[in-house]
Amino acid sequence: MASVNKLGQHQARMAYLFITPTMLLFAVFMVIPVVMALYLSFTNYDVLSSHDWVGLDNYRRLAGDALLWQTFLNVMYYAVVFVPLNLLISLLLAMLLNKRKVGVKLFRTFYYLPTLTSAVAAATVWIWMLHPEYGLINGLLAYLGITGPAWVSQTETAMLSIIVMTLWQSVGSNMIIYLAGLQGVPEHLYESARLDGASRFACFRYITWPQLRPTTFLVSVMAIIGALQLFDQAFVLTQGGPANVTKTPVYLIYQQGFNQLQMGYASAQAFVLAMAILVFSIISMRITKAEEPIV
Amino acid sequence: MTADSVPQTKSNPQPERLGVPMRKRGLNIIFYVICSVIAVVMFLPFYWSVLTSFKPDNEMFSMPIKWITTNITFEHYYNAFTTVPFGLYFWNSFVLATAGVLLNLFFGSLSGYAFAKLNFRMNKPFFRILLISMMVPGIVTMIPSVYVLRHIPFAGGNDLFGSGGYGLMNSFWGIILPGASGTFAVFFMRQFFLTLPSDMMETARIEGCGEFRIFWRIYLPLTKPALATLAIFTFQAGWNSFLWPMIVLNDPAKATIQMGLQAFSYNYQTDYGPMMAGALVAILPILVLFLMLQRYFIQGIAFSGIKG
Repeated sequence: MASVNKLGQHQARMAYLFITPTMLLFAVFMVIPVVMALYLSFTNYDVLSSHDWVGLDNYRRLAGDALLWQTFLNVMYYAVVFVPLNLLISLLLAMLLNKRKVGVKLFRTFYYLPTLTSAVAAATVWIWMLHPEYGLINGLLAYLGITGPAWVSQTETAMLSIIVMTLWQSVGSNMIIYLAGLQGVPEHLYESARLDGASRFACFRYITWPQLRPTTFLVSVMAIIGALQLFDQAFVLTQGGPANVTKTPVYLIYQQGFNQLQMGYASAQAFVLAMAILVFSIISMRITKAEEPIV
Repeated sequence: MTADSVPQTKSNPQPERLGVPMRKRGLNIIFYVICSVIAVVMFLPFYWSVLTSFKPDNEMFSMPIKWITTNITFEHYYNAFTTVPFGLYFWNSFVLATAGVLLNLFFGSLSGYAFAKLNFRMNKPFFRILLISMMVPGIVTMIPSVYVLRHIPFAGGNDLFGSGGYGLMNSFWGIILPGASGTFAVFFMRQFFLTLPSDMMETARIEGCGEFRIFWRIYLPLTKPALATLAIFTFQAGWNSFLWPMIVLNDPAKATIQMGLQAFSYNYQTDYGPMMAGALVAILPILVLFLMLQRYFIQGIAFSGIKG
């Protein structure tokens, strides 16, 4: 018995050794920063000179910060348009390619290619695609006799440009997730429905769609979390403009913290954003847990 | 992760039999037409940037669009690499992404193995904390992480108490260390190790094999597919990351390719030729990686999609 215990102790000691690097890095770059994030949001820290406790001043200030709330409205607008379109397109693509036919694999590859591009590179390409005079989009519209807008520099179309670009970039990976979901739908459900004479639409409405609900929920929650943290695209494609219509909360926090060095105030802004994200993270965690307990 | 959670195509080209109804053939044609049109739309931005990168300036700025160019020029690539040190940026990104991959594979699988296969009292509590931390958005830790990096003791001119210098700011370590053992890597590897049987471990222990050797020699080689998937994802994330490197690295000589590309398109706003050349160079490594190792990409997405 004693030797078994000793063996167990040795094993445990080795286990702690194995996780030491991970836990050490975790403590330094996760635990400390999270605690500090809360602390900094009550100070006027600016890297250089001041580092004083200012109580709730930052939070009082952000309540009246019109630009901050505008950035939230901007990403809400983005999310409201982007998330449903993203779901719809990726589901349609998945259903289209959920077949065993020659060439299907090649098509999947093609639809997946845009997801490999970095946001910066994609935005760089789209700056040129959306060029008002010589861009591809307006060139194509010209064939139809339409004079296209100056996409990224008009307030009406700037956010739309980001949405279109991000859709191009992200439907491919959601298509794969949906394909996995579709292949998890038990075949016998369709068989019995067909025996009962259900139409194709009825099959979709009463079998596919309900079966895919967890996938849809997860994909949309992840898309919303991504939308709340939108930065790269807005930074490169539109630089937050025109008239701040494409400025996002992360963009604002970045500027406040690293251009104006008001890190205390930026921390308070980050904390508000984090709370918004946390709501959606908890929802997604709940769904995943409900399906399959991890621990 | 099981293999059947992954979309698989078995394309069985069936020989066209006589008497296939016309309707079916018609539907088939419609299917391929729709798929091809979408493929063209998805591929168009790639074609457009490749085309632009090889087109002389006068053809670029002309309407209607010239869809094919006969005067192929490499001048834009030459300009992109000489106006700014693109080659250096490329190398910097490569070093950072590769370091991220190696460290994540090692630390991720080491602790993933411990959490999956070894008994110790804090196993579940620690793992739960790691899982919960995955919900913390990067934006929260961004500013305090800068503070932490600046005040790492003995680094970048700092003293024991972490003051006096710049710490790890403006250093590659400031990017490598915070991401060296990503929670996702630990989680991903743990899930994979859980699927492996434990009896090999018992046998090896009886033979007197040390714990690290059991991990390194017996279990790690069995996780090659998972390691490949993780490596690809970590590389892609490292290569494409933008905001954090931009915050940490101030020295232009240390800039990553994404930073260099952004600065280029900001500073040379009308040089679309070199811009497209630069963007393509920034995309190319991931594209090549994908075409070589497609299977692992798809598996990884299916995993992250299912597990959240």
